[in-house]
Amino acid sequence: MKLLLPSALDEALDMLAASEAIPMAGGTDLMVHWPQNLDAHSRTYVDLSRIDALRGYRLGADELVLGGATTYWDVIEDAAVCEAFPMLARAARQVGAIQIQTRGTWAGNIVNASPAADGVPVLMAYDASLELVSTRGTEIVALADFYRGYKQMRRTHDQLIRAIRLPRRSYTIEHFEKVGARKAQAITKVGFALTRSEVGWRVVANSVAPTVCRCPAVEEVLTSERTVSAPEGLLPALDQDIAPIDDLRSTAAYRRRVLARVLYACLAPLCPGFGPSKTASPIPPLAGPDEPDR
Amino acid sequence: MKRREGLAKLTGRERYVDDLRPSVDGRGRALWAATVRSSVARGRIRSVRFDPAIDWDAFVVVDHRDIPGRNVVKLIADDQPVLAADRVRHVHEPILLLAHPSRSALRRAVRAVTIDIEPESPIFDVCVPPTPEQVQHGTDHPHQEPGQENVFKRLAVDKGDVDAAFAAAAHIVDGTYATGSQEHVYLEPQGVIAHIEGEGDDDVVVVSGSMQCPFYVQGALMMALDREAERVRVVQTSTGGGFGGKEEFPSGLAIHAALLALKARRPVKLIYDRGEDLEASTKRHPSWVRHRTALDADGRLLAQDIDIVMDAGAYVTLSPVVLSRGVIHAAGPYRCANVRIRGRCVLSNRVPFGAFRGFGAPQTLFACERHMDRIAHQLGLDPVSLRRVNLLRDGDSTATSQTIRDGSDRSAVIDQALAMAGWYEKRAAHRAFNATEPWLRRGIGLAVFHHGAGFTGSGEVYLDSRVAVAGLPDGRVEVLTAATEMGQGTITVFTQLAADRLGLPPEDVLIAQPDTARVPDSGPTVASRTAMIVGRLVERACDDLRDRLGLGPEASSGDAVRRAIIAWHEDYARREQSSRDETRDGGVATSAPPLLGQARYQAPPGVLWDDERYRGDAYGAFAWATYVAEVEVDLRTYSARVIDFVAVQEIGKVLNEVLARGQIQGGVVQGIGWALSESFVWRDGAMANAQLTNYVIPTSDDVPSIRVAFQENPYPHGAQGAKGIGELPMDGPGPAIANAIAAALDVDPCEIPLTPETLMDLIDPIVDDASPLCDADPALNNRPSATEGAHGGLIGS
Repeated sequence: MKLLLPSALDEALDMLAASEAIPMAGGTDLMVHWPQNLDAHSRTYVDLSRIDALRGYRLGADELVLGGATTYWDVIEDAAVCEAFPMLARAARQVGAIQIQTRGTWAGNIVNASPAADGVPVLMAYDASLELVSTRGTEIVALADFYRGYKQMRRTHDQLIRAIRLPRRSYTIEHFEKVGARKAQAITKVGFALTRSEVGWRVVANSVAPTVCRCPAVEEVLTSERTVSAPEGLLPALDQDIAPIDDLRSTAAYRRRVLARVLYACLAPLCPGFGPSKTASPIPPLAGPDEPDR
Repeated sequence: MKRREGLAKLTGRERYVDDLRPSVDGRGRALWAATVRSSVARGRIRSVRFDPAIDWDAFVVVDHRDIPGRNVVKLIADDQPVLAADRVRHVHEPILLLAHPSRSALRRAVRAVTIDIEPESPIFDVCVPPTPEQVQHGTDHPHQEPGQENVFKRLAVDKGDVDAAFAAAAHIVDGTYATGSQEHVYLEPQGVIAHIEGEGDDDVVVVSGSMQCPFYVQGALMMALDREAERVRVVQTSTGGGFGGKEEFPSGLAIHAALLALKARRPVKLIYDRGEDLEASTKRHPSWVRHRTALDADGRLLAQDIDIVMDAGAYVTLSPVVLSRGVIHAAGPYRCANVRIRGRCVLSNRVPFGAFRGFGAPQTLFACERHMDRIAHQLGLDPVSLRRVNLLRDGDSTATSQTIRDGSDRSAVIDQALAMAGWYEKRAAHRAFNATEPWLRRGIGLAVFHHGAGFTGSGEVYLDSRVAVAGLPDGRVEVLTAATEMGQGTITVFTQLAADRLGLPPEDVLIAQPDTARVPDSGPTVASRTAMIVGRLVERACDDLRDRLGLGPEASSGDAVRRAIIAWHEDYARREQSSRDETRDGGVATSAPPLLGQARYQAPPGVLWDDERYRGDAYGAFAWATYVAEVEVDLRTYSARVIDFVAVQEIGKVLNEVLARGQIQGGVVQGIGWALSESFVWRDGAMANAQLTNYVIPTSDDVPSIRVAFQENPYPHGAQGAKGIGELPMDGPGPAIANAIAAALDVDPCEIPLTPETLMDLIDPIVDDASPLCDADPALNNRPSATEGAHGGLIGS
């Protein structure tokens, strides 16, 4: 493996422009199968850890700007950021263990482009946009428009994410949910992030499509305040938004139904049109077991 | 007493095989080894091609032609090749070995070998009868009966008149239950180092590594390398967990490393990474068990008719013995006059299954204890009452007609478990909770069970275990056994036993590293036998040492023992000196023969076992247990979580409270994983989810507090009265958790693991995609006859 060590952003951009080198920040995705992934050994990497311009973040009156090398841990540790964007820390806490959270970066999570990424749904639900930079100039792309297909994105190989920008809004609803096979150290089987603000509803799902995706049909159900009396009532809209598959971790059927159920359970107490009533379950309560006690 | 090697393990100072630098002694750098494996589940090897782009002269290459002895890994059937010669029977079967100083060069080289295999029809489902071309075993019987094909072993237990009992039954309850495989996930993957000491006809192959049974490895090396015991030495290195996964599997690894070391005449290190370990190593046998039970009107067992099928995988390994333990435990700790058990383990073209903590008993006890709840439900009985009514009492006999007369109060074990768990209070609380909670359901379930410790039947007699305790010149003693420490506490418990027996402080007791050149063969470290059986031999060897010193068994304090040992050595030195003075033969100093106390296994009197009819005293002692699990199911995600767990057991005598508790808690955690999350994705008979991100063992966040209690009724033939406990805790969690889920949801789960995906099918089996806005979920109360249908019809065929 060949590792380039630029100390300034311009230098890094020159390196990327001049070769097929791959940018590397925390290295956490690269390490996963490193011993077996022999192809990865012969590539050239550009290490971003020495570039000050990518470090740090700024919480302003109008927006939060995360530098391209901001880690999950940076966010977890900052009380003001946690208060302004509470879902960020909640999602960050779900990424691996502390060792990964201190190395892994938000931008890295975005460009690794895993459909199961835990950091991306909350960023997308907060209407994040990306500042992509290269020797050719700067480009702003909405995160919701960034992905084009499985591991396909609107980033050319010479571009870096210089910053992730999150507009500050007054959110009335912020909800993040991750369903994994265990309570920690799990890869998401089904997940979503949901917000409601002055610009409307945002519903973003992960692990149910080739990319992390907005769910416009579900958003429309919410915007138009349609009646949904059971989790299955969300399925027609969800089916327009998602395309789950069977894989090593779960099944398409499970992902589809459980996404409907966790969404419904989240929305039922919040939306007037949801549920037969506010308090009762859509699932009939069970009769108690009838065995005599002793 | 604190764990003796605990601090070294906690601080990372303990050295495991991958931390060791093979001794080079002028023979050049040590080599890394790698294994080239089959990518096909079954077929004939047509050719092996080496990519000419690689300089193969830099590699040591070994295939089946380099094996000096028999091309088999010595075990029960001697059917598994060390390296496949012309046929393969499973994916990942070893075919070729490579060694090279660079690990990454090796990884590239493995990919540069192309093995062309002509595929043959494989078997992945043992419950489906094989087609003629799928028969791979049992074809040599001239009058082969239908159904014998591919059956590695068949066992039958018969007691009383089952058919007559069924004819007179008030109730008959059927059920078919399935359990999945399981990976051991020892922290330290498989690994060995081989090197050669000496030259020519006197050279010695030395293999050091992570293992449970050094003498198994030595025996396997002797057969494959065609060497005498004196020319094969096996040393156990500090071992990071075994759970049965390092019982038989390291034998093949050791032969591989030794073949490369012999060819290279250099030390060779063969360490599996986690992925290779998960893919290629043995796992727990999947099982299918059908119960048909006859009961009287009050719920007393009249007859149990039980069929057991286990998938053995591609080679016999230890499957017949796993089946045996499964068969013997299948009827549970209950009194029943008429029992018929049929068991068979069957070849498939999956990666061979092997030893795993519990060894067949967790599979059949899952079926038994789940079935007891089904019986209770169908008869309208309380599950606790049903078990109490049928529980073995002293004087009753087990399925193998072993009369139980140990004086244990098995009912008291149930009482304590229910009291600790708050069983009746929780059942009432759950009814209220489930009636009001929109998305959560809680339930509580129990399992009443037993586990026999030590080898089955006459097994311990055949093992003929030996132990020695040496008195050292400085007055300390050294315990010499082949019992391995793999995290369970052997070193600490043996120290305690010898110190107690001789009255010495623990620091005056040394425990020898298991090394076939130094220690006697005290048998394998398996079958919950170490503390109970080998520990008892340690005590007897201590007594023998006292005898040799002229000290009575009770007489004399530790100081007297120490003084006597020192005096013995001084006296010995004087005698040696004077005999040298007398003979004046040039003063060749011979090393002093060690002062040894010795012990050899003796079966407890009156233990009788008939291996032909599978009848008699299957085990010297059983531990008795009741486990209670409380679960919460989240109906949004269909996931079940254990929120409380109580484990109560009668184990003879607690030798070390902390270690015993740790054994139980660790076993329960392993059981929770088996019951809820450790599911396999099989591809061509091999594990496709061979990554710890996708094979889901519980984290500490996924397990509740595990509350443990012991009852003691000393077993006269165990060390200080102890019975074995290593495997016991693996048996109870599966059925207790499944029973709790059944109670929470009013469903009837028949298989584990109960992953969320499985529970979804159980709770909401019909997905009505057509109705866009349905007002209610499908009824929850679906008793899944479909689960039975999958395998039920074929079992016992």
